[in-house]
Formats: sequence, structure tokens, C-alpha cells
Amino acid sequence: MNESDSRLILKAENLKQHYHVKQGLLKPEVTVKAVDGISFNLEKGKTLAVVGESGCGKSTLGRMLTMIETPTEGRLAHLGEDLLTLTKDAQAKLRQKIQIIFQNPYGSLNPRKKIGSILEEPLVINTSLSKSERKEKALSIMEKVGLKAEHYDRYPHMFSGGQRQRIAIARGLMLDPNVIVADEPVSALDVSVQAQVLNLMMDLQDEFGLSYVFISHDLSVVEHIADDVMVMYLGKVVEQGSREQLFENPKHPYTLALLSSTPQLSPEKRRQRIKLEGELPSPLNPPSGCAFNGRCAYANDRCRSETPTLRLDSSEEQEQGHLIACHAVAEKRIGTLVEGAA
Amino acid sequence: MSLLQLENLSVSFGNFRAVDNISYKVEEGEVLGIVGESGSGKSVSSLSIMGLIDFPGKVSADQLTFDSQDLQAMPEKQRRKLTGSDIAMIFQDPMTSLNPCFTVGYQIIEALKTHQDGNKKELKARAIELLTQVGIPAPESRLGNYPHQLSGGMSQRVMIAMSIACDPRLLIADEPTTALDVTIQAQIIDLLVELQRKKQMGLVLITHDLALVAEVAHRVIVMYAGQIVESGPASEVFSTPKHPYTQALLASLPESASGKARLEALPGVVPGQYDRPLGCLLSPRCPYATDHCRKVEPANQGDLDRQVKCHTPLDSEGRPAA
Repeated sequence: MNESDSRLILKAENLKQHYHVKQGLLKPEVTVKAVDGISFNLEKGKTLAVVGESGCGKSTLGRMLTMIETPTEGRLAHLGEDLLTLTKDAQAKLRQKIQIIFQNPYGSLNPRKKIGSILEEPLVINTSLSKSERKEKALSIMEKVGLKAEHYDRYPHMFSGGQRQRIAIARGLMLDPNVIVADEPVSALDVSVQAQVLNLMMDLQDEFGLSYVFISHDLSVVEHIADDVMVMYLGKVVEQGSREQLFENPKHPYTLALLSSTPQLSPEKRRQRIKLEGELPSPLNPPSGCAFNGRCAYANDRCRSETPTLRLDSSEEQEQGHLIACHAVAEKRIGTLVEGAA
Repeated sequence: MSLLQLENLSVSFGNFRAVDNISYKVEEGEVLGIVGESGSGKSVSSLSIMGLIDFPGKVSADQLTFDSQDLQAMPEKQRRKLTGSDIAMIFQDPMTSLNPCFTVGYQIIEALKTHQDGNKKELKARAIELLTQVGIPAPESRLGNYPHQLSGGMSQRVMIAMSIACDPRLLIADEPTTALDVTIQAQIIDLLVELQRKKQMGLVLITHDLALVAEVAHRVIVMYAGQIVESGPASEVFSTPKHPYTQALLASLPESASGKARLEALPGVVPGQYDRPLGCLLSPRCPYATDHCRKVEPANQGDLDRQVKCHTPLDSEGRPAA
């Protein structure tokens, strides 16, 4: 095992999650491809951000990584061990190492339990620590996330949104995980509290060498916290690369549109607005060919018939690992059209 | 004469002042942005303009006029005529502000019927025209749809269609895009600004998204714990904030930090009903607070065009004045 392999915490290959949906008594069953063939590598201490609009499959991906749902197809390996072929007991052990933080801190904490018992529950289930050892551990983690010892006996309703999200993070840390899947951890919070929680997450990453899978729709947050970024559209990855590649040299028309739609504070940073017509198509009835073709300014007949595959950006040799799924980029149609429009 | 003028408007629930002596005005054809964190009184202040504060809430103001008409003095009936036609409002969550039991067409026509005359056919034609204006494809077929058949962006377009049904002169949009995706948000904001320009409406855009306000608003008001702490032209407020709170808000945005550096987070949270401090409300969180700040509430400084509520407003370099 070489150096890069030992740093590899999570490896996903061609993950798929398909749901079968009944539409009615006489209508045929339809398959919804919520996640359709996603691959990535996550290294120790790094953050992978998953970006996309609602309905693009980012939360489903998070649920698969934490083994809340079993993928219909694909491979998922944690430190070289395949998570999907393990026995139930071994899976339960590995689950401890991949934890999740949910979006809504108002809904994800049991209102009838005190913070202490919320935090200790993972220990009760997974370890044989004694009561006093559990309390000691809970208090030490609470201190790490900036909660006071007197909060131990309080109920969730006594806390603000930012504090609740700290509790949720503390709960995720109780079992010393390697990976934390954060599903929109700051989107329910105000900007000043959002900054506090993002700082906390980055501090904890430094201290424990955590790897994050950071699911978000807020590109300015992603630009700040991510090492690698994956842009999803209707269950598929349309562009994948390092933060620099994606934010400084975005290629896919959807990424360009997302970036231009994000409001910018400083006038210099504002991009020319690329107007996207329409909305995300229904996953029950996705368009043929590229899923984005109905909203894309560069779509031609090939885009409407043939699904593009994720491939390396061929135009620039030095761009390592910048993957794009677009016919227009591969055929170099995009540069010319932009100039033509301007 | 300004379109809307408030002076020392307060809204209190029992002993708690959700909105505390705020004054501002909106001119015709102007976009005014109101920003602030949750609990700062943005929504309550706009609801009070619409006359939608119920018992036990109490609204009091030295002046509350719309187009030189005193909203407080006029009879209830007349005020109800005004709101909905001349002053309209768009709410945050389009999914829950439409009635799920009625079709979209019925709800738009209901708004039209209340304020305008016309037979069934004319009203329907007007409803179709409105839906076309807000960019809904195939509007005739959408009239028969129920809200659950529409996506979030579509529902918000329907809400906008309803609010502009009677050609309002002032439109209050309370977090119109918070529940929507960025690409849809861009569509809705473009639509609102385009309508505002075409009809020369006054638009009050309430949001917690500073960048959004920076892009579209002419003037901006920053609220904190029920008070206006800073107001002025949008470009000035965002480039050279005078109040420490505005400065801290801007600094806590991820885009202000370079690379993966720590964000400049403002410690603590907005004070609630029971933990309002003495003196300046920001003093427990303010990095520049002095003993004077903790005891005496600062007054508004500057004229109404560029105000700041601070004992030691910041200079152009972002340092507090001595």
C-alpha cells in the first residue's frame, strides 16, 4: 500500500440508487434514478463538497455513504474495506466511523431527551463504557464544540439554532469518526452563526483529521470550505474537480449558470448573468440524452440523443482530475458561442 | 412626497418591543433592501405596514403615511381597500401561503374581484395576462391547477402574479426567494426587478442575504434586535459600513475570507425577549464596546439618507471614531 492509498479514507465507485415508483394501478412501474453512477475519492483531512439544486440527489448520496440506505449498485470502500459486502456486525462497526449531521437542527434532536443522553446514546449502543466514563466523554466533546458543562442537563428547546447545530456536531463526534457527512449543516442558520459553525467545523477538522462530505447548495460556503467539489444535476455528476479548477475555470454550462446566479457582494466579482430557463426536469421522466439539454444554451441534436459521459478535460494538459460531462465542452463549441453572443 | 413614510414605528407584544422606533421612507421607483438576522424585526415591521399585526400585538407610530394618507387614522374599511391593491406583499414560503383547497385561477381571480370590477370572462382574461407577465408557460392550462401541482418557483410566480394583480404602487417582498434554489432565485429576482422598473413601483426587499441586496437595492437598511442600526445607499453601506454590526455581518460572509482562513465570526446571538442588554443592544457582541455603550443607548446620527446608531461610528478604514 503506497502513501496515497493509506490516506484514502472513502472511495466510491459508480454508486447508484434507483427507486421503483408505482404510478397507479394500470400504469407501469417507473424507475427513478436518484443517484446514477457517482465515483469519488476522499482523503484524510480533506473536504469534498457536493453541490446542486434540490432534487439532484445530493442527500440520497449522503444517506448511502452513511449506510442509511443500501445502494442498488456500485462499490463503497472505507480504508480499503468494501462496506457493501460486509456482514451485518461488521457493518455496524464501520458505521461508527462515518457519521452524519443533518440540515435542520430543530428537527434532528429528540425534544424529550436531555443533551447528555442525546450525546451518550451512540456510546450506549456501540460501546461498553460505564456511565461515568460516558459522561466524561460527553463533557469533553461538549467542550470541544464550545458548549458549557452546565448544558449537559438541558433540553434541546433551550438552545438557539447555532447551539443545536453544535450539539448535532458533538453527537457526530462521539464515536471518533473518520468521516462526517454534513448535509446542509449551515443552511438553516443566520450568517453570523453560520460563520461560527463553519469555523468550528474547520477547527475540528484540523484537530481530529476529519474528512468531510459537505453537501450544500450555497456556492460561497463551498468555495470557502471545500478541497474538491462535485456538481450534481439530476442524479449525475456534471463536473468534478478541485476547488480552484471549479471556481476559477468552470467549464460545464450548468456550473457556469450556478455560479452566475449566486449573488455577489462585491461588484467586481459579479459574473454576467446566464439566465437559465425553466426548472429541474422531473426525475420520473428525465429528458433523453444530456439531462441538462432543456435548459442549456449550447444544446444541439447530439445533446438531445446521447448521454455525455464524465471525462477528463482534454483542452488543458495541466488540469489534473478535472472531469466534465458535456458534449459541447468536448467538442469545444462553448468558447466560440460565448464570443458569438458577446 | 415619499410613497411610504414611517416615523418612530414600534410594534410591541406585551412588554416586548419586537420593533423599536424605526423610521424610514420609500420613494416611488426605488428598491429598498432591509437586511438583518432572524429575530431582528424585519418581517414584523412590514406586517405592521400591511395592518396584519393581530392582538396582542400593538402598533404605534408618530407617522405612518402612504402617499400622504395616514394609515393609522383612516377607517379600517378604507385601509383594507388600500392594502392588497396599492400596497401588496409577497410572503416567504410560497408553498404554504397559497390555499391548497383552491385552484390557482380561483385564488388570483379572488384577489382581482376584491378590488376590481368585471365579469367572469374579463377577470379570467386578466388572470391569464398576469400569469403571462410573470413568465408562466401555458397560463391557460395552469389556471385549473392546484398549488400542490406547482413547483416552488412556480408557486412564487403565482404569488407575484396575485400581488401585482391590482397594479400596486408599493410591493413588499418578505424573503421572496429564501425557500428557492439559486437558479430559480435568480429568475424570481430578475422578474421582480423587471416588474418594478416597468411599473415604477416602490419595492421593499426583505432578506437575510446581504449579497442579494447588494446586487439589486438602491438603498439599504440594516436591522438588529428590532432597531435600525444603519441605513444608506447600498453601495456605500456595503463598501464602507459605519456600524460595527454591519461590518461584522459583512466580515462573517465566506466570500470575505481568502482561501480556507477562519471566518470573522461575531460571537453570541441576537438577544431575544428576555436577555436584552442595557444601553446599546449590540454591546455584548461588539468588539469596540466601551462602558459608555453598555449603559447608554446611542442615538441615530446623521441625516435620514445615511444614518448610524452607534456612539463611535466607524471611519472609512473601518476603525471606531475616538
